[in-house]
Amino acid sequence: MYAVEVHNLRKEFVRRDSRLHRRRRVALKDVTFTIERGECVAILGQNGSGKSTLVRLLSTLLIDDGGSAKIFGHDAFKDTRPVRRLVNRVSVEASFFKKMSAAENLAYAARFYGMTPKVTRHAIPEILERVGFPADRRGEAMEHLSRGMQQKVALARALLTSPVLLLLDEPTTGLDPRSKLEVQDFIREMRTLHDATILLCTHDMKEAEDLADRVGLLDRGELLFLEPVENVKRRFGVDTLEEAFFAATGRTFEQEDEEDRDREVFA
Amino acid sequence: MSAVMPRSQTIKHELVGLVGIVERNVYLTKRYFLWDVAFLLWTIANTLTIVFIARGVNVPVSQQNALATKFLVGGVIWAFLGIIFEIVTETVAWERWEGTIEYTFMAPVSRPVHLFGMGVYAFFYGILRATILFFAVVAFIGIHLHHPNYGAALALLAIASISFIGIGMMCAVLPLISPEKGMQLGFIAQGLMLVVSGVYYSVSVLPHWMQWISKVSPATYALRGNRAQILNGAGLAWADVWPLLVIGVVSIPLGLVTFRAGERFAKKHGKLKRSG
Repeated sequence: MYAVEVHNLRKEFVRRDSRLHRRRRVALKDVTFTIERGECVAILGQNGSGKSTLVRLLSTLLIDDGGSAKIFGHDAFKDTRPVRRLVNRVSVEASFFKKMSAAENLAYAARFYGMTPKVTRHAIPEILERVGFPADRRGEAMEHLSRGMQQKVALARALLTSPVLLLLDEPTTGLDPRSKLEVQDFIREMRTLHDATILLCTHDMKEAEDLADRVGLLDRGELLFLEPVENVKRRFGVDTLEEAFFAATGRTFEQEDEEDRDREVFA
Repeated sequence: MSAVMPRSQTIKHELVGLVGIVERNVYLTKRYFLWDVAFLLWTIANTLTIVFIARGVNVPVSQQNALATKFLVGGVIWAFLGIIFEIVTETVAWERWEGTIEYTFMAPVSRPVHLFGMGVYAFFYGILRATILFFAVVAFIGIHLHHPNYGAALALLAIASISFIGIGMMCAVLPLISPEKGMQLGFIAQGLMLVVSGVYYSVSVLPHWMQWISKVSPATYALRGNRAQILNGAGLAWADVWPLLVIGVVSIPLGLVTFRAGERFAKKHGKLKRSG
């Protein structure tokens, strides 16, 4: 059984410009791929390429417009309850109740996964310590913490619930170099110590190359390839993933036009 | 890999989730304590503006007292209902504002338990505020109460809360559909419900067609019953209880179905996210 099995997955968004005029944007076009248990797969893509839409579909936060997605054999759109027990995510925004402390935010998240106060009394300090969060700041409101610190709490939240599948949506974007390395180390630890399957969506090519067994390229909703980095380079006869992106799309990775930005707003 | 749990474990899991929602609201109330105090003072001032009208009416003191109590019960129910609607509606609105909505809605807790948790907290918090409001206004204006039946009043409010929470669930869906204006629409629902329920007057003064609508409003029975209990020391009247139970039994499933439909709409159209 695959950890993730996505077949011809399609999602489009409709926005109303005026009373009569609606615009459609296809966010994902018949995306198909699988992920083995324990594997780390990175999906690269520009802004608006459909990475976040893919993560939100697999997180049961969106309903598809065609195709299928299974998480450990459970339908991500019809059988959401078991899927939710297996999946957790870390996204670009840490997303916490800002007035609540790290410990309170973690307790809130943990209760949803059936963890009682008796369990979290010990588990939360332990987990915060493991991600390098200072003990004397556990009771401090999240709004007083730096972005890097908040992201550590986000990682602790994901780790606390022992997810079997971890969805990472640009978890290091906007972090300082040191925090970025700490987050990347944590991702490695999740794999080695917790046997977690990881889907990492990023636009950091080096990060993808360093962490993932296979790298995929999502371009304007289409998955152009998903294979080990060496295979990608060999296939396009290039030395870097940047060059592979150019060879596959005819554009540089940094080159985004109005349509890409529009697509980002839509999704 | 299977994530299907046995039934007993599922129930325990859901109960822990419910505790989590109540606990989170307690944390937030602690953090926003001074704001809540300020909001309570505003509510007291607002209620006083209504209750003072009774003091200006040219009738004997005993009648003034009865009129003030009638206004006060209306003001307290208005405030109580406001809190219930506000907190249940915040199921979506607050989470979206904080940016936690995606994490909460992808968590393995059923939506009825999620909404019920909000309702449970709303009830207890609403009762606490209503009690402070009631006694603050009584003390400020100097209303003389003769043998009020507080126990019965509390019990009736608890029964009415089932319906209020059910209607609150229906309103909670509005911020899912319209992130910008959905929350305000909840206030409209609250106002409409109270205007047909005789909030500061008897239902009999309403036009005939409004009197018919008042029959399906739970606030009508809560107001009527609470007034009798505070003014005359009456007990729980079955005539008030059974309509509240019937409306409650209908409104809770209707609230859940409405919320589920709204959530489905939001998931289809990508509205279940922080930026709306």
